[in-house]
Amino acid sequence: MIEQAAAFTPQLGAAPVTRILWLVPALPVVASGIVALLKQPRRKPAAALAIASLSLSLLLSLFAFGHVLAGWTNHLAVRETVNFTWFTFGATGVDLGWVLDPLSAIMMVMVSFVGLLIFIYSVGYMEHDENFTRFFCFLSLFAGAMLGVVIANSLLLLFMCWELVGLTSYLLIGFWYQKPSAAAAAKKAFITTRVGDIFFLLGIVWLFAQTGTLLFYNHEAGCLEPLALGGLLAQHAAFGLTAAGAIGLLIFCGAVGKSGQLPLHVWLPDAMEGPTPVSALIHAATMVAAGVYLIARVYPLMSAGVPLIHTAEATGTTAALVVVTWVGAATAVFAALIAIAQNDIKRILAYSTVSQLGYMMAGLGLGGVAVGMFHLITHAFFKALLFLGAGSVIHGSHEEQDIRKMGGLKVDMPFTFITYAIGMLALCGFPIFFSGFWSKDGILEAAHTGAIKGPYYLLVFGALLTAFYMTRQVCYVFFGYWRGHQDAHESPRVMLWPLAILAFFAMALGLIGTPAWPWFRSFLEDHAAPFSLHGFAEPGLVLLMTMSSCIVLFGLWLGWKLYGSKSPKPEAPDVLEKAAPHLWAGLRDRLYVDEFYGVTVIAFYFWWARVTDWMDRRLWGGIVRLVVRITSLWAHLNRLFDVRAVDGSFDKACEEISTGGGLLSRVESGRVQSYLRILAIAVVALAAVLFWSSMP
Amino acid sequence: MLAYVIYISFAGALAETLLPRGKNAAARWLALAVAVAGLGIAVEGFASGMGQGREVIVDAAWVPAMGIHYLLLADGISRVLVLLTGIAAVAGILFSWNVELRTNQFFAFYLALIGGVYGVFLSGDFFLLFVFYEIAIVPKYFLIAIWGSTRREYGAMKLALYSFAGSAMVLIGLLAAYTAAGSHSTALADLAHAGFSAHFQFWCFPLVFVGFAILAGMWPFHTWAPTGHVAAPTAASMLLAGVVMKLGAYGCLRVAMGVFPRGLDPWGFTFLGLGSWRGVFALLAVIGIVYGALVALAQSDFKFVIGYSSVSHMGFVLLGLMALNQIGLDGAVLQMFSHGVIAGLLFAIVGRIVYDRTHTRQFAELETMHLARRLPFAAWAFVIAGIASMGLPGFSGFVAELQVLTGAWNARPWWTVTAGAGIVVGVAYTWRALQKAFFTDNVPAPHVLEYEHTHKLDPMTWPEVAGVALLAVSTVAVGLYPRILLDQIEPAVRALLAGGVQ
Repeated sequence: MIEQAAAFTPQLGAAPVTRILWLVPALPVVASGIVALLKQPRRKPAAALAIASLSLSLLLSLFAFGHVLAGWTNHLAVRETVNFTWFTFGATGVDLGWVLDPLSAIMMVMVSFVGLLIFIYSVGYMEHDENFTRFFCFLSLFAGAMLGVVIANSLLLLFMCWELVGLTSYLLIGFWYQKPSAAAAAKKAFITTRVGDIFFLLGIVWLFAQTGTLLFYNHEAGCLEPLALGGLLAQHAAFGLTAAGAIGLLIFCGAVGKSGQLPLHVWLPDAMEGPTPVSALIHAATMVAAGVYLIARVYPLMSAGVPLIHTAEATGTTAALVVVTWVGAATAVFAALIAIAQNDIKRILAYSTVSQLGYMMAGLGLGGVAVGMFHLITHAFFKALLFLGAGSVIHGSHEEQDIRKMGGLKVDMPFTFITYAIGMLALCGFPIFFSGFWSKDGILEAAHTGAIKGPYYLLVFGALLTAFYMTRQVCYVFFGYWRGHQDAHESPRVMLWPLAILAFFAMALGLIGTPAWPWFRSFLEDHAAPFSLHGFAEPGLVLLMTMSSCIVLFGLWLGWKLYGSKSPKPEAPDVLEKAAPHLWAGLRDRLYVDEFYGVTVIAFYFWWARVTDWMDRRLWGGIVRLVVRITSLWAHLNRLFDVRAVDGSFDKACEEISTGGGLLSRVESGRVQSYLRILAIAVVALAAVLFWSSMP
Repeated sequence: MLAYVIYISFAGALAETLLPRGKNAAARWLALAVAVAGLGIAVEGFASGMGQGREVIVDAAWVPAMGIHYLLLADGISRVLVLLTGIAAVAGILFSWNVELRTNQFFAFYLALIGGVYGVFLSGDFFLLFVFYEIAIVPKYFLIAIWGSTRREYGAMKLALYSFAGSAMVLIGLLAAYTAAGSHSTALADLAHAGFSAHFQFWCFPLVFVGFAILAGMWPFHTWAPTGHVAAPTAASMLLAGVVMKLGAYGCLRVAMGVFPRGLDPWGFTFLGLGSWRGVFALLAVIGIVYGALVALAQSDFKFVIGYSSVSHMGFVLLGLMALNQIGLDGAVLQMFSHGVIAGLLFAIVGRIVYDRTHTRQFAELETMHLARRLPFAAWAFVIAGIASMGLPGFSGFVAELQVLTGAWNARPWWTVTAGAGIVVGVAYTWRALQKAFFTDNVPAPHVLEYEHTHKLDPMTWPEVAGVALLAVSTVAVGLYPRILLDQIEPAVRALLAGGVQ
């Protein structure tokens, strides 16, 4: 494969389509700005504007994709960048820019395509909402920010768009902020992801301090290019990590927050309080996948130090990648377990998303960019399909979300049922015909060949659980008889078309990632993709596929056997609950992670806040009061001294002077006779003195 | 030309006192006209100063016997802060449009305060700077004591005492430096080149630095800030947080660090792990960042939250100063501007838009009022101000704090790590305040809805909308295109660093 890669010549200059690539995120943002200024009742222009702008973005993305594809067929490794300086300090500039390479091209097309379908679907779903225009304003802003994350060629620009994505996610989860649970969920999502983001920010600062640039690719001067990586590898941080690995892990913390990995997954299920299209777009297909995309983007950092041999047998690994793998695998199983015991149709899907994101992370950690990204792309389609299908179910059954109060919908909503079933089989990884099978198999295969076997067993167990809980959900919702209040009805056309399109891709996408024609991997890794059935001949591969198929079928069978068409009463306990009530309660209450955080981290913060508040009021306030007391005591002492000592002597002196004056004043009586008398005495005395002194 | 910002403000203050009683509308418009004129001059000075470096505006002998000059200077840092003062002044007047008590006196004190602040930022002479600094303190006391709320005499007195304690320390430093220099000049540039001994700077630097830093809200000398902010009328708290705290930080940078740069040198011994004043003040700054944020999290009064957030954000300014490198100092100055605008906006929303309508700032009472529905404009304005305050990209706070953090990382990585924890808490207290004040958890009962329907809160007025727009546009403009300010700040900071601060 090395030889094949070498045949691809690097492509440096920027084609016209790359130069205008900024329009891809800019168009939806501008549309959002215009919609924000529209008056509330103007529904049609708002929706039309949002959809039109995203369609243009999609068109442009397709052009860009075509450009990369054309380069690829001509054996050119396309990686075109446009960079500019945002601001400078001293001799150092902070640069931003965007990049067009296979990774961003594929992601860009996926985001704008799935986004467009969900926009269209929203026109139907949000039809009766009074804040229809605000919804499209936020949705467009989100799409713009997300596309910004995708094309960013600078970690800083990526982070900025990343935060904007988080903000719009906050706004959209809390869209129905009149619902207290929605407002709380929005706050929780924002704060939880922010916790990860702070580590991400520290990683950025560290990277910048080390390499002096945040551009990914900049003609050999970017931070993901060999020169900078070499410098980072030479540095050793704590715990046996290189600086590259440590920075990579800090960045991974950001991805953990955004992609709902353990231990920061708590916000994602709560985020289902938002409208269903939001759940589909943001919390299934795009935003949560941004974490995975981020790791794929900075993969050279994570894997720095591994000899560049990408053969299936000897995938080298680094400490950072091992962490990614374990976190992903643990999340995959953990979330799948919880999903079994949930009864809210959207919450089941939410935990399933958390679990699948774990698969993607594990795929990145074990098999590299192509493996993780392939599952990201296929998952985006079938999970969006499932969420939109769930939305259709909720819409059709009058805002009911509890699967125990549904049932038999395959008759009332046949179209939704068929598409939902396709999505569900793709998610379970039903063999051959569904994309999920191929993408998940890629991960399992990578896990199987890896040096450590732990993640492999976890992931296989997760696959069994996935098939089981999805069967349970489908049995509850579509089989048996209707247990709701009013009769259910099928959704309008505008909501069904996106389902059909997504269902098509949920099946067809598998074609580009089979071992016989690994086009997806070849495209991302810049080498040619010949079609040959020898791909299946790799040792153990067919055996592995058969085994994973058996596991999926076993999960499906088990689910059907336990739930089938039985239609239990909504109040009746679940079959598993009867079997193991304590375990069930634990799973239903999400293994008490939220409660755990409540009594530890959050309680600690508030306790600490109260302590500091107390310090401010009592300690510092006390010191201030003490100083005031001392000063005022001193002041009183001074006053005492003033009154007694200073004023006393002053008064005494005044008194003396006053007395003296009184004595003297007697002389001045105003009588002429006495003046003359005194004058006469004085003259006599003077004469006597003169006479006396003239005496010899 | 830039000097006229000072004269026009004092002239405006004088004119306000001469207005006949009862002409409230005239007083308002006069004040607005004066402030807008000041802003106009500031903008003009800012634009024409681009690429000019340091320039002398006025230089006249004042007290020749002591070598005191009336010397006004402007460099990039001054211009940025003068611009900030202009913006804050206009916004403050817009948010004081409903002051009916002794209106003309209110604006007279207000403009006098503004004039003093402009003076400090433009002074090139230590003594002149000190005079303007004192002029700025006095009107603050009256603004709070006469037009304030919650424990206003206490708050006003506490603030005045802290300020005067600080200026006493500065005065001692000034006299000591003047005597030690022996050059019969109080110009900052002359003092900076006086060649003070390391021993002299060792004790004089912290004296002056702390003297100014008290006004910048440095922990643990910060407690005047929250009580003062809470007691102050809206416009005064906007100015307090917006520009007066910047006076302190500016003094730290321009005077303490500019005149006594060797005070930052290592002591040559360590005490409790600290080896220099730099380490000490950076530690206090980092503590202030985390501590202020935590205290804000525990408040039940809306305005106290913002008051403590100012302590936290000013910690970033001090941390940036102590990073002692280009990016850290750039970030510190930018953070002064950014915090001035954002804190002004937050105080305006809490003090004017919400409090003047609901007459309470207690979360427990605000929670029952469903303000998001009844005051949607306020809710949205607070969302914007809140995300700007927590340093989200696209707003000025992000660029500023990112630079401070990078600068601090280059100096000591653990400063950045600890300050990062403060940012997380910052998100928490902002969202907590937002949710408690606007997006409440309880669903209103029908009779409450009925009541709210019949007792509508006053609608927004144009000055409020204009003020919010002015401040929000400022922070977004700088957030998206920080070069507007950085191109001015950067050479000035470089000159300062070349002048010995390193």
